[in-house]
Amino acid sequence: MAKRIDVSDLNIFYGDFRAVADVSMTIEPRSVTALIGPSGCGKSTFLRSLNRMHEVIPKARVEGKVAIDGQDLYEPAVDPVAVRRLVGMVFQRPNPFPTMSIHENVAAGLRLNNRKAKGDALDDVVERSLRGANLWDEVKDRLDRPASGLSGGQQQRLCIARAIAIEPQVLLMDEPCSALDPISTLAIEDLMHDLKSRYTIVIVTHNMQQAARVSDRTAFFTISGAGQPGRLIEMGETPEIFSRPGEKATEDYITGRFG
Amino acid sequence: MSAPAAPTIAGGPVTPLDAPSHRRGDRIFAGLARGAGVLILVLLAGVALFLVVESVPALTASSSELPQGKSFAHYVGPLAFGTAFAAAIALLIAAPVSIGVALFISHYSPRRLAGVLGYLIDLLAAVPSVVFGLWGIFWLAPQLQPGMAWLGTHLSFIPFFAGPVSATGRTILTAGVVLAVMILPIMTAICREIFLQTPRLHEEAALALGATRWEVVRMSVLPHGRSGVISAAMLGLGRALGETMAVAMVLSVGGGVSVNLISPQNPSTIAANIALQFPESSGVAVNALIATGLVLFVITFLVNFAARAVVARRKDFREGS
Repeated sequence: MAKRIDVSDLNIFYGDFRAVADVSMTIEPRSVTALIGPSGCGKSTFLRSLNRMHEVIPKARVEGKVAIDGQDLYEPAVDPVAVRRLVGMVFQRPNPFPTMSIHENVAAGLRLNNRKAKGDALDDVVERSLRGANLWDEVKDRLDRPASGLSGGQQQRLCIARAIAIEPQVLLMDEPCSALDPISTLAIEDLMHDLKSRYTIVIVTHNMQQAARVSDRTAFFTISGAGQPGRLIEMGETPEIFSRPGEKATEDYITGRFG
Repeated sequence: MSAPAAPTIAGGPVTPLDAPSHRRGDRIFAGLARGAGVLILVLLAGVALFLVVESVPALTASSSELPQGKSFAHYVGPLAFGTAFAAAIALLIAAPVSIGVALFISHYSPRRLAGVLGYLIDLLAAVPSVVFGLWGIFWLAPQLQPGMAWLGTHLSFIPFFAGPVSATGRTILTAGVVLAVMILPIMTAICREIFLQTPRLHEEAALALGATRWEVVRMSVLPHGRSGVISAAMLGLGRALGETMAVAMVLSVGGGVSVNLISPQNPSTIAANIALQFPESSGVAVNALIATGLVLFVITFLVNFAARAVVARRKDFREGS
């Protein structure tokens, strides 16, 4: 079910401001791709352009092409709602729906768009998704309790369960561990290892060790100065990028001499 | 990094920890804030005390001394019913409309239109209730009358539309509609503020699952705004319960308890009854009117308690619990 993403000559604008310039890359299916780079380099904006979530900001627009298995996401006839069902997302801070129970949170996506999922079938999906997110054993006795009662790490895994419950092709993660402690972080990283056999995963992270641990390929973004657009500097196999980067800027960043 | 550190930082005068505090501003402000809080309690207690003391003569008087020669309970009962009934009609109409308008302003309309619309709603709040009363009598009532006649002819098997149909349209339904228009601005303004405060994270959570705009509203905006919407409804209900002038002008009063929405014989409301009867009352009759005011006071309290109970019921599922 995982799919390849082809990005070609992508420019992202907020009004007149160009936030990301001329990005072309291929994201391989069934792998983890890490986006690294200093703050403000456009990597989160780029990530959000992969499921059209950047459009929640008024006047955001893109030029160029993002294609999932050949289907351009930005063709006029394409519905952003459909894109987001295909490309799931996990956010920087855990964001379960606070008024819903654990069960309702996982089932939330299944109840959308008038899909009639109910009863045993729904319970099966909820259990499968929670198992997939390594959370089932911790919450199986309190599925009807509010999600806000879980720890931060558990909430983030709940958000992952919620995202995979609708069986997307691609899973985007925007610094998913930045609000978590090291043990919860490790749990999420283990989970990513399990998930990549079935999904295409793209993760934005500020943590270089994390990028090295979890990703198969790494892309380095940076900006040349304030007000300048972010650019993709280089992309390659993760061990390659971290041991023999091709560009001076990449080397400076990953060795901590910059940013 | 070349500038030398200012010497006063390390060697500056040390304030002893037990020195008298210089924070006079803090103390003054704390005093003022506490005073304001106490003032509210004193005012509330003062009003309650006045109502109770002035009510006692009416509560202890025999039926023959009271207006209409009825016992006080029989006198106030229909009025309390009329008050609650008219306010309930108003709330039933105003709640969906104000939630809809607030959602449109906060989540659907283009920003410029939202500004204009918000301004117009606020203007509505500035219209004096006497003007709403005139509008109710001379414009709204004649407009609604044919509709009521139709209801009376075709749906008279429902107690609400049992008839006989009012010829003027000055029924409790009309009064309820006027009240709904009057409480609309405050309810809309509060709902709009609450909806705008929905955390972005929760809206994005819904969007990222492939939610449409309406589904975002249903999954994150409305649950977040739930307690605020209830507060808004209670404020609106409070105003509808106490509104005097518009009801006194619009409603054609017949006394008695009736759920009939379209008849010329309507139960009056406590506030309107006080306004209409007060000029012609003296002695114990005035005390009786004040006692009905006490009943209104108690009703308002009960409504507020009920609202708080509703808000608190699902506390577990609130953010930050």
